[in-house]
Amino acid sequence: MSKKTHVQTEINGEGIEFLCEPRQSLLEVLRDELHLTGAKEGCNNGNCGACTVLMGDRIVNSCIVLGVEAEGEKIETIEGIATSEGLHPIQQKFLEHAALQCGICTPGFIVSSKALLEQNPTPSEEDVRFWLAGNLCRCTGYHKIVEAVMDAAKALNTEVADNA
Amino acid sequence: MQAFEYVAAKSISEAIDLLSERGDQARILSGGTDLIVQVREKRRSLELMVDVKQIPEVNEISHSSADGLVLGASTPCYKIYNDPDIKSAYPGLIDAVSIIGGIQVQGRASVGGNLCNASPAADSTPALIVLDATCVIAGPSGTREVAAKDFCTAPGQTTMENGEFLTSIKIPTPDTNSSSFYLRFIPRNEMDIAVVGAGASVVLDESHKSFVSAHVALGAVAPTPLYAEEASNLLSGQEISDEIINQAAEAAQAIARPISDMRGTANQRKHLVGVLTRRALNGAVNRVKETK
Ligand code: FES
Ligand code: FES
Repeated sequence: MSKKTHVQTEINGEGIEFLCEPRQSLLEVLRDELHLTGAKEGCNNGNCGACTVLMGDRIVNSCIVLGVEAEGEKIETIEGIATSEGLHPIQQKFLEHAALQCGICTPGFIVSSKALLEQNPTPSEEDVRFWLAGNLCRCTGYHKIVEAVMDAAKALNTEVADNA
Repeated sequence: MQAFEYVAAKSISEAIDLLSERGDQARILSGGTDLIVQVREKRRSLELMVDVKQIPEVNEISHSSADGLVLGASTPCYKIYNDPDIKSAYPGLIDAVSIIGGIQVQGRASVGGNLCNASPAADSTPALIVLDATCVIAGPSGTREVAAKDFCTAPGQTTMENGEFLTSIKIPTPDTNSSSFYLRFIPRNEMDIAVVGAGASVVLDESHKSFVSAHVALGAVAPTPLYAEEASNLLSGQEISDEIINQAAEAAQAIARPISDMRGTANQRKHLVGVLTRRALNGAVNRVKETK
């Protein structure tokens, strides 16, 4: 076993320190060291997006990020998305549209979709499909996921309008 | 994954020292989208990963009149396609970086890494070749420059020697009346590796009737990305027509030496070289006309 490195980072708004070996991926650190098991391991090679987290201002596959690379970064995982008041509108719409079956892909889809809607609040269906091309789902056939994201965009926009 | 050491180098010289000490047991870590997977899948073994993303020159985009665009080798794809100046001046590069992996991969993967991984099917390499890009390589005996078309030497192999690494890519400021285009053929809509890729850049005359010059480059049809020299040269000074573009496409087909694999047969690839070369050239020409 090689020497462990001390890493200081921010996860879901909280300062977090951990020790890890360079060979541990960010996904392994999240799940096995920090017990944040929301991000899932699907392929472990960067293809399926089940392990998607937000790092800084962009989404990444945490299975192909080293834990040590999280030093000084801000990370947001699926655990940081709902608040004490309730589910995030994207999560709510996934439920309403039955946009999940086994659910293994869902955390990744929700983290990705949230990043999309933050930078593009009124995406077209094509925008949604293009953005989510890096998230694979073996159950739903995608259609309900796309519907849920489009509907969530609408809900978020009325929310913004109501608060204005 | 096997155990290895990790150092986040703070300067180019620190990275060179580490690479020189460890020889082929050290490898540069940029976006990691190829390297981490290769190590995990035991396709590569190493003792040390040298992370270069904290070295400012390696992770910056800058523009100057002398050097044109200087792209730090580790600049991730998303920073490139979100840069409005690159978008307007180098649309062919934007085409390529927008289709490398999904959004998650584009958050990390870099054009420098795409070059250094030296896959014959790398999407950004033909796009760089037609833009006349130069690779800036730092090493123990100083800095040297190599044309993008000469950077890859075999699948997974580059011209870089022990202790050297790619720090940036320089792309000259485009001429007026010029544009570029890259496209690939894949059986799916997204998230795949090119069966064939083709890039083109063109400079047209004032009236947009003739080529002043043109460049064509191909991916996935030889052990390295290829610059199609004859196809490029025969367009110089010619009036734009379907005939001359067909001739260029045939010249490009003539240098393609594809293999058959699970993505496509050699014959299909040869055919695609013709189709994609025509589309890339027409695409670049149309972009010049549209910006009139
Ligand atoms: S588990 Fe990370 S992309 Fe599939
Ligand atoms: S719900 Fe099962 S993989 Fe998407």
